[in-house]
Amino acid sequence: MGYPHAPHPRETLVLSKYFGDREAIGLDGWRKRGGYVALEKALAMAPADIVGIVKDSGLRGRGGAGFPTGLKWSFMKPGDGKPHYLCCNADESEPGTFKDREIMRWTPHALIEGCAIGSYAIGAETCYIYIRGEFTEPLERMEAAVREARAAGIIGPNAMGTGKRIDVWVHKGAGAYICGEETAMMNSLEGKRGNPRIKPPFPAVAGVFGQPTTINNVETLAAVPHILNNGADWYKNFSRPDNPKSTGTKLWSVCGNVARPGNYEVVMGFPFKDFLYDLCGGPPPGRKFKAVIPGGSSVPIMNMEEAETALMDYEGMVVKGSMLGSAGCIVIDDAQCMVKQIARLARFYAHESCAQCTQCREGTAWTTKIMERIEAGEGTMADFDTLLEIGENMTGKTICVLSDSCAVPVISGIQKWRDEFEAHITGKRCPFRAAAAA
Amino acid sequence: MADVKTVNLTIEGRPVTAPEGTSLLEAARTVGVLIPHYCYHPGLPVAGVCRMCLVDVEKAPKLAPACATSVAEGQVVHVHSEKAREARKGVLEMLLINHPLDCPICDQAGECELQDYTFQEGRKDSRYQEPKRFNPVEDFGGDIMYVPNRCILCTRCVRFMEDVAGDPVLNVSERGDRAYIGKFEDKDLTHPWAGNVVDLCPVGALLSKDFLNKARAWELDRTASICPNCTQGCNAIIETRDNVVVRMRPRANPDVNEYFLCDTGRLDYRWMNGPSRLEMPQVRQNGQLVDADWDEALGAAAMAIRGKRALVLASPMLSNEALHLLSRLVRATGGTGAFRVTRGPEAPLPGVKDLALRAERAANVVGAEKLGFTKTDTPLAGLAPSDVLVIADHALTDADRAAANRASIVIVVGTTMPAGLSNVGAVLPITNFSEEEGTFTNLRGRVQRFLQAKAAPGMARPSWFVLADLLGSLGEATNYFLPSDVFAALAASHSEFAGMTYDSIGLRGLPVLGAAQPAGAAQ
Repeated sequence: MGYPHAPHPRETLVLSKYFGDREAIGLDGWRKRGGYVALEKALAMAPADIVGIVKDSGLRGRGGAGFPTGLKWSFMKPGDGKPHYLCCNADESEPGTFKDREIMRWTPHALIEGCAIGSYAIGAETCYIYIRGEFTEPLERMEAAVREARAAGIIGPNAMGTGKRIDVWVHKGAGAYICGEETAMMNSLEGKRGNPRIKPPFPAVAGVFGQPTTINNVETLAAVPHILNNGADWYKNFSRPDNPKSTGTKLWSVCGNVARPGNYEVVMGFPFKDFLYDLCGGPPPGRKFKAVIPGGSSVPIMNMEEAETALMDYEGMVVKGSMLGSAGCIVIDDAQCMVKQIARLARFYAHESCAQCTQCREGTAWTTKIMERIEAGEGTMADFDTLLEIGENMTGKTICVLSDSCAVPVISGIQKWRDEFEAHITGKRCPFRAAAAA
Repeated sequence: MADVKTVNLTIEGRPVTAPEGTSLLEAARTVGVLIPHYCYHPGLPVAGVCRMCLVDVEKAPKLAPACATSVAEGQVVHVHSEKAREARKGVLEMLLINHPLDCPICDQAGECELQDYTFQEGRKDSRYQEPKRFNPVEDFGGDIMYVPNRCILCTRCVRFMEDVAGDPVLNVSERGDRAYIGKFEDKDLTHPWAGNVVDLCPVGALLSKDFLNKARAWELDRTASICPNCTQGCNAIIETRDNVVVRMRPRANPDVNEYFLCDTGRLDYRWMNGPSRLEMPQVRQNGQLVDADWDEALGAAAMAIRGKRALVLASPMLSNEALHLLSRLVRATGGTGAFRVTRGPEAPLPGVKDLALRAERAANVVGAEKLGFTKTDTPLAGLAPSDVLVIADHALTDADRAAANRASIVIVVGTTMPAGLSNVGAVLPITNFSEEEGTFTNLRGRVQRFLQAKAAPGMARPSWFVLADLLGSLGEATNYFLPSDVFAALAASHSEFAGMTYDSIGLRGLPVLGAAQPAGAAQ
């Protein structure tokens, strides 16, 4: 569904089918819509079989990295005598991304069901849903739904009457982008400062509270009940024939200079051009698209030549020099100043850097200062080399990828819109601001 | 240890064999390769945040942090490859963009790792044109001052207070380049071991108020020594400037104090420079003490002692060597030896096994006991009016003074003149421990050497030298030319010390035979 717009006929509604449907929020309404059937089915299966089905389905992490979910689950060794944990990453903070928010607002029980199945599959009795601190409404809905599910005996010490314990807890973050990084999230859950941890050890070995832990995104877990209900093959069919590596439906959050911003659910491999012009309604009147950031602010910016030939799956975006990421699609039209947009993104990362690694702490802030200086018309041609070298120093050298994420838009921006940067430097002012003032 | 598996790898072209789980940084150190680093410290948990120790591991896609990467079989590691050097250069440039570059007025200059590595392989200029971040200097309480502008946020101080001292008063506050080391409100760095954060700080961000602006690092002379302020015997470095002790710092010894020294040990050094020192030998003439030469004074002392029972009041701050010679004096005269030790509250450092500021505040209590001196609160209880009292640098209480004045005669062998004594026959000025060489025995029976850090005042002579001469004047055989000769005699006559020499003790110390060492100690 092109929520908040009416669904477009070319969408494939799986996760978003009940977006906007107030009845689907509560337990009764959710049950009427087929809720918790998959959980019942799952609890009667062997955990390894569930992992097998999820592996077969080709489901990959929807948080950004696209790691195969079934494979991730299989890292959790059963019978190791340690408590296992499932963490649901609901710290959706990637700029331009707002898909998980809608899942939690409209179908909180879908997420609880996914969490319960996931917990059972990896041998966890406890699942934490770590919700972004700013998500007030999703938090209330999730807490209410967890209370309902617990009262109904769906989760708790005797989940669905099977004698199995599955506890689900909702934990509210305190408002830090970095807590969406899985190891920072675990520190935050433990009550520590949300700093990413050095890996190894990986979470499946020593995660939250030092115990084996799996972290999955909201959308990933919400897809699991559908896979169990309909089978791995059904899910696998949502892909383009020449690329079986990306399967299923994908929620895309679209914002920026586009006629109909919102959430859209399409199958993997959908043509990006059709998506932008048909589903999203193209650019605002009188404008042309200039750039698209397809997967949240951390992925390389695409020009329209790249975007209009891209296919919307993990591999399709990589081929065009970007990434699917979180599928938070930011669309930029020809009335916008790329330097200003990139400066704003850099500022976000400078604000959110956890300050552990030198290159990130200093590099994000330095990048921002240079970008803002160029935008203010005070840049020099030497700044290009400096920015690119800072970017190089910020890439692949730190504990987590926040630093890389800050460098990415700057590097791709300079590569693709160098003329705009140069116009700022030679004209000693922002040409777009001048045009607006004229 | 036999079941620990080892792996073989190559670091900078040198073959290395290291136990499994060793970090690349430590493995490199064993073959003499220093991997530049800031946040890593062997006495602290690994943080891996400064990113200075990134090394080039063949076949790895990215540079690896040497502090947080374990050795693996067949690894080929390059520390000084183009890629690794460029990465370090990048880190150094980033660390300096907000750094005030105020080395000329910074206490750390000359012993600053930021300065050292920047000179070694940093850029010659900065490309940073923007205004620098500024935060005001903050008083962290205790002896410590924080200069946030110089801070590189390596978090060594935070980790020390949290993981080693067990008193987590420091944190990283704020995020991004606004971050600084914060202190919890209403808490101060008053932990008895907090001063270690100053040594741990690789730059000039945490400073000792005591040492502030006292000396430039390159003006200091450094001497391997032992902290004399309690029975723990922490290995220390005495730093002097122009023959004045200005700073005490820990000297690493994994068997005693790891990398640490408590604030009491660190700050209680002024007495070593004490002004009211005995500088001249003295003898009593016409009821007055007058300056004399050494032969006269030694002769007078020997005359006073000869034929009497000597009660030796020996300071537990004296070296094993001095105490051994005093014990011979006791034996030769059929006398007794005793001492009293000052006590204070014990202050452990929780993160290190068997390390504490000990209650007994003297360096050589165990040595004194092993050499036959009795520890008692009333060391002069057995003093008979016919006895000669030898006060060997021991502090006196009022009761002691009253008792001492009942002795037939008092011989003072000391660094200072005890007040209120009416019957002193001779005064033999000795050097204090920072002015001579010797050994102490710590509470676990570990014999440790200290070296001479500064010159003797006036005519004062090393304690072992004076006491050997005194014994010689009494007709005892004393063929000692060096403190090591005295120690050799001690080792020959005390079975616990058998076989020990200055060479075998070295600078790490050696436990006496049969001493129960703390569990987990490496040797």
